[in-house]
Amino acid sequence: MEKFKKIESNAIPLPMVNVDTDMIIPKQFLKTIKRTGLGKNLFYELRYDEKDAPIDSFVLNQDKYKDSQILITGKNFGCGSSREHAPWSILDYGIKCIIASSFADIFYNNCFKNGILPIKLDESEVTKLQKAAENSLSFTIDLENQKISYFDKNINHEVSFELDKAKKTSLLEGLDDIGLTLAKVNHISDFENKQKSRTPWLYSQQIK
Amino acid sequence: MSTPKTLYDKIWNDHLVSENEDGTSIVYIDRHLVHEVTSPQAFEGLKIANRSVRKPNFTLATADHNIPTTNRDEGISDPESKLQVDTLEENCKEHGITFLSMSDKRQGIVHIIGPEQGFTQPGMTIVCGDSHTSTHGAFGALAWGIGTSEVEHVLATQTLVQTKAKNMQINIQGELPLGVTAKDIVLKIIQTIGTAGGTGYVIEYTGDAIKSLTMEGRMTVCNMSIEAGARAGLISPDEKTIEYLKGRPFSPAENEYQSASDYWLSLATDEGAAYDKTVNIDASDIIPQVTWGTSPEDVVSIDGLVPNPEDESDETKKKSMIRALEYMGLVPNTPLKEVKVDKVFIGSCTNGRIEDLRAASKIAKDRKVADHVNAIIVPGSGLVKQQAEEEGLDKIFIESGFEWREPGCSMCLAMNADKLKPQERCASTSNRNFEGRQGRGGRTHLMSPAMAAAAAINGKLSDSREI
Repeated sequence: MEKFKKIESNAIPLPMVNVDTDMIIPKQFLKTIKRTGLGKNLFYELRYDEKDAPIDSFVLNQDKYKDSQILITGKNFGCGSSREHAPWSILDYGIKCIIASSFADIFYNNCFKNGILPIKLDESEVTKLQKAAENSLSFTIDLENQKISYFDKNINHEVSFELDKAKKTSLLEGLDDIGLTLAKVNHISDFENKQKSRTPWLYSQQIK
Repeated sequence: MSTPKTLYDKIWNDHLVSENEDGTSIVYIDRHLVHEVTSPQAFEGLKIANRSVRKPNFTLATADHNIPTTNRDEGISDPESKLQVDTLEENCKEHGITFLSMSDKRQGIVHIIGPEQGFTQPGMTIVCGDSHTSTHGAFGALAWGIGTSEVEHVLATQTLVQTKAKNMQINIQGELPLGVTAKDIVLKIIQTIGTAGGTGYVIEYTGDAIKSLTMEGRMTVCNMSIEAGARAGLISPDEKTIEYLKGRPFSPAENEYQSASDYWLSLATDEGAAYDKTVNIDASDIIPQVTWGTSPEDVVSIDGLVPNPEDESDETKKKSMIRALEYMGLVPNTPLKEVKVDKVFIGSCTNGRIEDLRAASKIAKDRKVADHVNAIIVPGSGLVKQQAEEEGLDKIFIESGFEWREPGCSMCLAMNADKLKPQERCASTSNRNFEGRQGRGGRTHLMSPAMAAAAAINGKLSDSREI
């Protein structure tokens, strides 16, 4: 996984609540056996009409947001299915940071596995940032210091955010979770031996 | 004396491999269900890193999301879907994982076949790359949906790195009125706490109305925990659980069954254990429920009206209501019972079990599907289908004008050919009414199997108790 570095970019405002994973990446794009190439279909049904033509009014189709790496959106973002195709499509599009007042659990967790930083802030703070995003201001996301900053009319605004320490480290270092767990393989074997004596039927189970 | 513990606390503690310094824990995963859509990239990851599957015999795979429900002998015609299913079969062969193929009568939706095969047992940790893994919580198993990176993590290590969730109790006290089902309970719960109400929690469902449910009904309730925002839902194992699992292919052998059962019963929440949050709902207040909008929390009773955004004071909510009503093609204050449907879908991991088909068949028997309605029945597994045919349910459905299909996820997520056309309205027993979920522009109303069958007969949303 790529390390998360400081981001400087304007931000896409998407003031919708309960944006679900079907909306982020509809099922017809889940038939792939690859992780890449999904960005062009991100928010497909909001972004293209029934003849595949871009819908001009949708924010992702506006030129000024073309290279944005930040998405600012409404509460319970990413609800619905566990499809990791959702963060894959977001990352493939070029978005590396999502700001919302809340996220659905599975989606939130999936972000960290892909080097995406989801930031939870109070709803009032998110609304302020939405406004700034609509004015196409540039934001700096500093993960190390857990700060979002932006200039508005020559005034520097700073917003701090909370983040679980383990998740922060994993993003900053681009850690391989599986490798880290496998380094503790002795603990896993010990657990299995203990479990086998305590609940032996779990180990004798086989298909008949 | 030790601190009283909840069912969730006990299963969590029994699966702790180690606790990391950063507050996360390595948790052992007893069983892993795998399907074609969320696994190919995980197997690819193993290959790239030259890793193997730690416990192939703790893993069970099947194809369900992407497969046709008609003309099975012709195979899968869509090349992309076929590649995905073939890839799963090859990966299973390479790693020694049991794979139930489309031609195997035990094939079906992962969350139907796990319990059916006795692969799902109380006290286990179970995961799958699918959010409806919460279904297995009906057995008192801690079961939750994961993404593909975690699928790979489980394949390689048989563990996951987790942070413990909080405990929520949802207590459904009292007796459920006649003709009201598990689906109505869970829709009522989601309406009450909202789609983010359970975020960060594991829900334990308690109370007389939950205890009185069959295992099938309990699975319906736990299945939709994720629609309430909770990754897992749990119901305490009891005599019904023990009886259900007896003699199933993967169930503990006879000589181990007693000690397994004793362990299962010991998992019940201790008296005095503390939940972080408790929600009480009175079962006698629940009547058949349907959704009107594009979020599973948009629920009303069947005798109600389409809500009016003008009555909503919260601006954001009001906006999303207006958007939902426009998408659904509904006018505020219309009685739900006047809403015409074009399609009916009975099936899915929420309501594709034998009890669901029995309930629908009772409504369908000696009646005809309305002329303008296309109604399909998709059993949850090959064994559910077989059982239904032994009971003659297929004949009842076919005579009524329903289509009788092969098992799979089908129109719940419309990855195969079963989908709605734009603006088509569907009475569906599935779990999500999101925009586009059942096909672009398709309009979904969630409800129980009896309610969906009643909608098929009357050609509009109906109260199944009045048929």
